Amino acid sequence: MTTPPPPVLERMYEVMRTVTVADERARAEARAGRMPAAFYPVRGLEGVCAALGAVLTPDDQLVSTYRNLGDTVAKGVPLRAIIAELHGRVAGTSKGKAGTMHMHHDPSGLMATTGIVGSGLPIAAGLALAVRLDAGADVPGRAVAVTFGDGATSIGAYHEAMNLAALWRLPLVFVCQNNGWAEHTPLTAYAPDGDLAARAAAYSMTAVAVDGFDPIETWRVLGEAVQRARDGEGPTFVECRTYRLVGHTSSADYSYMPKSELEAALARDPAPTFRSWLVESGQLTESRLDEIDKAVDAAVDDAFEFAQAAPWPEPSAIYDDVFADRAWVEGR
Amino acid sequence: MTATEMTTAAAMNSALDEALAADAKVLLLGEDIADPSGGVFKVTKGLSTRHGTDRVRDTPIAEQSILGAAIGAALGGYRPVAEVMFFDFVTVAMDQLVNHAAKFRYLSGGQHPVPITVRTVVGNSRFGAQHSQSLEAWFMHTPGIKVAFPSTPSDAKGLLASCVFDDDPCLFVEHVALHYSQKEPVPDGDHRVPLGQAVVRRPGDDVTVVSYGAQMPGVLAAADTLAAEGISVEVIDLRTLVPLDFPAVLASVARTRRAVVVHGATRFAGPGAEIAATITEELFEDLAHPVVRLGARYVPTPFLASGLEPLPVSSDVVAAVRRLAAS
Repeated sequence: MTTPPPPVLERMYEVMRTVTVADERARAEARAGRMPAAFYPVRGLEGVCAALGAVLTPDDQLVSTYRNLGDTVAKGVPLRAIIAELHGRVAGTSKGKAGTMHMHHDPSGLMATTGIVGSGLPIAAGLALAVRLDAGADVPGRAVAVTFGDGATSIGAYHEAMNLAALWRLPLVFVCQNNGWAEHTPLTAYAPDGDLAARAAAYSMTAVAVDGFDPIETWRVLGEAVQRARDGEGPTFVECRTYRLVGHTSSADYSYMPKSELEAALARDPAPTFRSWLVESGQLTESRLDEIDKAVDAAVDDAFEFAQAAPWPEPSAIYDDVFADRAWVEGR
Repeated sequence: MTATEMTTAAAMNSALDEALAADAKVLLLGEDIADPSGGVFKVTKGLSTRHGTDRVRDTPIAEQSILGAAIGAALGGYRPVAEVMFFDFVTVAMDQLVNHAAKFRYLSGGQHPVPITVRTVVGNSRFGAQHSQSLEAWFMHTPGIKVAFPSTPSDAKGLLASCVFDDDPCLFVEHVALHYSQKEPVPDGDHRVPLGQAVVRRPGDDVTVVSYGAQMPGVLAAADTLAAEGISVEVIDLRTLVPLDFPAVLASVARTRRAVVVHGATRFAGPGAEIAATITEELFEDLAHPVVRLGARYVPTPFLASGLEPLPVSSDVVAAVRRLAAS
């Protein structure tokens, strides 16, 4: 089986470790009242996010969801800007006025994240249409990816976008981050057949399911999907099967999650599991991984310290960016 | 500048044709818009033949993906013009328009403006209650989206061109009754009417009538009737509701001291409420009479054949103005 080259493995591990540590820290800061924000934990998705980040170039574009810490870190958005946005500070990705659910970072190709389940998919289809039109008669050469939870596969926007992408052969990768839960309702309770990839295949597109707790296999499958998009072979649906390792929001309620399921999933916690594999398979040394851990922990500490010391927006900024021109808006 | 006699539908067609020719990033999306259909009201007729079906694209009957794809294409550098066949159908894509198009500039700290235009059509009661709603007040109430509602062929061309080349999302509202009802000389070539500028359609001294869109012909007819009685009506056509040209409205009412607002949207919590409140806030001391609002009754649109009329008609305007002129 193909394995990513060592620099890619290092980057994937760095992303997974960053997401694990920053997610934990964000929840702690929210609980402590230092970060007055709703925060949607990404624990469980680390391997999927890292694999997607590793197969996309900065020219490829990404649309994500409110549960976006993993996607934004993996796409290369600077950690300080992400954490500053979580704190509503002007140094944030959106100058502090958007918050946890709404990340945009044009230089990294992070085009939007949405707080509305499923709504990113039609927008990603439009981005992919732009890529196709830009290419003219050539192959697209670039890809667009959209991430969404399993819960999004129930909503109309998902089905409209899947159909449009297949109809127009758009260079788009649908990355379903199946964490087993639509908020507090398990997949088995809202889908007659839990095989989401099988359902997606009915849209006349390539549809694959992959173990999202296996970052290498996920990297391989997503890499093929992205290449297919770049080559003009149309969209792919990739169902990455994972499990949500904490509750729906930062004020975690686990009461509805079967204990045995959660324990089994925690035993496969992506970052530490990947770390053990990297050492055991001889890909990276323990000492190199220790260095990465140290650097990541320092970067996360730095990002939170930076964010909490950063200035808030000026009061007059409330009227900025409603329209291009704020004259009519001001004071209204 | 030369001009050609055109209907509103032809004027909009010419605006779109010229925009497609002038800017390779202009893109049209919608149901049935490509030839041979050319749109159910024929507004886009000939455009796919001239500019290709890549740029004038038929879509599935799927408004969320039409507007979502327009937003995404805008983020990708295009200037999409999406057609939503009837205003009522915007309801199934409200999420894309309200939660995404209207907010992305703000939520991205200015990184991602959404220069889309959504063309949509108010039907009449021949189609019943789900094809005849005038929902512009919803969008006036949504920060981040501009709203235009032209009443003449020239304005339809000029406002549509302005919307297409504006860097903010624009909702461009048409009315089926106006598509083919009037012809006038429309400027050839690049003709723009700036968003946010009302126009005095008819100068007058006694009462100001503020209106827009499909109510304008009835308002102007009422002004003729009233002129014959010696009442001089100043008629203001707002043309755009966001940004709304309050200085033009207030300047007129400061002079006439009397105002009637007329629209096809529901009177209760309609655009007239905002306009009347602003006039009252700014000119309370000068007003000879409280501002009068005429709008659709608070009912779903009754079917045309029932004979029930929910909208203000020309004689309602005449009666309201007479009452004010006597005050």
